[in-house]
Amino acid sequence: MNPLITPTRRLLLGATAATLAAPAFVSGQENPIRIGFPVPLTGPFGAEAQDQVRAAEVAIAEFNAAGGLGGRRAELLVRDDRLNPGEAATRTLELIERDRADFIVGGLSAAVQLAINNVTKQRRVLFNSISQSDTINEASDWSRYTFHEALNPHMTAGAVARYAVPKYGKRWMFLIADYAYGNEMLRGFQRAGRDLGMETLGDIRHPFGATDYSTFMPRIAAARPDVLCMVNFGRDQQIAVRQATDFGIKRNTRIVAPVLLYTARLAGGGPAFEGVVGGTSYYWRLEESVPSAKAFNDKFRAQHGNRVPSDYGALGYGGVRTVLESVKAAGSVETDRVVEAMRALRYDFYKGPQYYRGCDHQSVQSVLVLESKANTVRGEADVFDIVATEGPDERYLRSCAELGHG
Amino acid sequence: MNGICAAAPSWVTAEMGFPLELIALQAVAGVALGAVYVLLAIGLSLIFGMLTVVNFAHGAFFMLGAYVGVFLLAGGMPFWLAMVVVPLAVGSMGLVVERFLIRPLYGRPIDDPLLLTFGLAYVVVELVRIVAGKQGIPMEMPEALQGAVDIGIGFFPIYRLFLIGVAVAVVAGLWLLLERTRYGLIIRAGAQDPLILRVLGVQVARVWLMVFGLGTGLAALAGFLAAPLQGAAPEMGIPVLAEAFVVTVIGGMGSLLGAVVAALLVGIAISLTGLFAPEMAKLSIFALMALVLMVRPQGLFGRAA
Repeated sequence: MNPLITPTRRLLLGATAATLAAPAFVSGQENPIRIGFPVPLTGPFGAEAQDQVRAAEVAIAEFNAAGGLGGRRAELLVRDDRLNPGEAATRTLELIERDRADFIVGGLSAAVQLAINNVTKQRRVLFNSISQSDTINEASDWSRYTFHEALNPHMTAGAVARYAVPKYGKRWMFLIADYAYGNEMLRGFQRAGRDLGMETLGDIRHPFGATDYSTFMPRIAAARPDVLCMVNFGRDQQIAVRQATDFGIKRNTRIVAPVLLYTARLAGGGPAFEGVVGGTSYYWRLEESVPSAKAFNDKFRAQHGNRVPSDYGALGYGGVRTVLESVKAAGSVETDRVVEAMRALRYDFYKGPQYYRGCDHQSVQSVLVLESKANTVRGEADVFDIVATEGPDERYLRSCAELGHG
Repeated sequence: MNGICAAAPSWVTAEMGFPLELIALQAVAGVALGAVYVLLAIGLSLIFGMLTVVNFAHGAFFMLGAYVGVFLLAGGMPFWLAMVVVPLAVGSMGLVVERFLIRPLYGRPIDDPLLLTFGLAYVVVELVRIVAGKQGIPMEMPEALQGAVDIGIGFFPIYRLFLIGVAVAVVAGLWLLLERTRYGLIIRAGAQDPLILRVLGVQVARVWLMVFGLGTGLAALAGFLAAPLQGAAPEMGIPVLAEAFVVTVIGGMGSLLGAVVAALLVGIAISLTGLFAPEMAKLSIFALMALVLMVRPQGLFGRAA
């Protein structure tokens, strides 16, 4: 090796590093706080994803209007993950590596949020997930940097089962979208059902994204269950409910869904959804009893042409606001300090009291049970009645030991 | 709860002996589904048979039919009138597409119009997303067709029975047009040998224009009639396109009779697998297609290449 080259190269490298580091250091104070927001803007959950972006923008605007973190503003970096786990992982990696995102909030579908979590876990970046999953709470997937602002299937299905079994009957039939969400929800129902004496007459699986459910209906009608539980989501749910109604299933059977979606109800129409019961994390009419919901709705209305936020949309607000409040509490964007602040958070930002459970960072919160109605009274957004509320309580969650935590 | 395990296929735990009435009702559901597929595939098959254009924009025209219908009904037009106006309106768009986009590609390799229509489908879907939103819009069926009726073996939706009727009427009308009119004679001759037809003084370009318009109009009718079943959504044409191709391939590209028989076969195959092994329902039609292709590569009623 030529001894003359080595010091020169070292010098060169050092100089390069210095020039690269210098502008970063100088502009450090000016850097916005970047929140990467991967959601499926295209695909069957596009309507929900779009609303999540709207709500997240409300949280960002609010933070900036209040002066940010000592003048440092927050910025939302929205990316389309196309509802594809591989795409979501790539977008997340880009957000972290290239766009220098400080935190990641987002994900809409169990598989996608697990793919995002996989990346953030490796990179030690804080991730607040805003869609349902049980797996993300489990020790094998979870990390110190993983937070889950959304409900999980165990909580949601449990609350709906505890409401519906005593009220409508014990003989249940399931129509299930055959992917992670469907299977986790089914498990949630059957587990809660065990203590309630629920009897499963059958579980029919349909492929994700099916557009015709007519071939499943004769068998369901023949079984005459007390409850037909539609364990599917988004457009699947909207079409399945409509076609079950066409087949006259409602004559003998109550239709129940783990999650009753505001957007699916709007797209499905009042008559098809009439009487359908399901769970949710948020419905805008919560504002009649919860002041923080009123405050959130008003901000959302003001910023987005007087419309009201949807259920999953509201999670976009909750997910971003909890991170930004923790940044304020920590007085820093340093991941470890924000994680500690978030663990300590006791908050009521939009739906009543919530907190992240210590062992798995699952947000302990209320679950609402809704019933859909044919005729709206308070304008066209008035599509549901809140018929029950299960308050925030850790006994509705799987125990830390069961999840494999310490 | 005993014996119910999330991992086991449902038909293992369900009672295996299904009552005969249920199987019969299931077959009716299959026929009704087949009727939807007939309407869906017939336009695609027609365009391929006459123009040898593989129309990947078929699903987009299907979706346009649903949206045009939704807007006409919202504007106060009665369902029955819209059922006529929608195919005419979307068929006219088809005329424009053929005249200005497809026609310059005649005589070129078959991939060129395929790629063009493939791209066109994306443009149309994106435009609809921009104009009408991503969320999807419900469409109610007319009062007279709502609800279910007892057909002796169980309750069945009136609307789906109505669809069987529409499919029969459309197929009969097309058959009369193609086999019993002078115009049909020209269309069939054009499919056989456009050159001779041109020599005989027939304006082949005009025939092709009308066939493309007819095909897109039929796609729109199918979309309009599907909207009360699933609502209108920008992406609704995408899965439909795959199903229409499967039907067309099984029946034989370009064969009217083939499209009808294949649509019914596919409908019944989906329905019966839906009863015994629901998770296989989607797969069954592709298995059927593979089977037919192995035995008769040109499809059930296709001309040997």
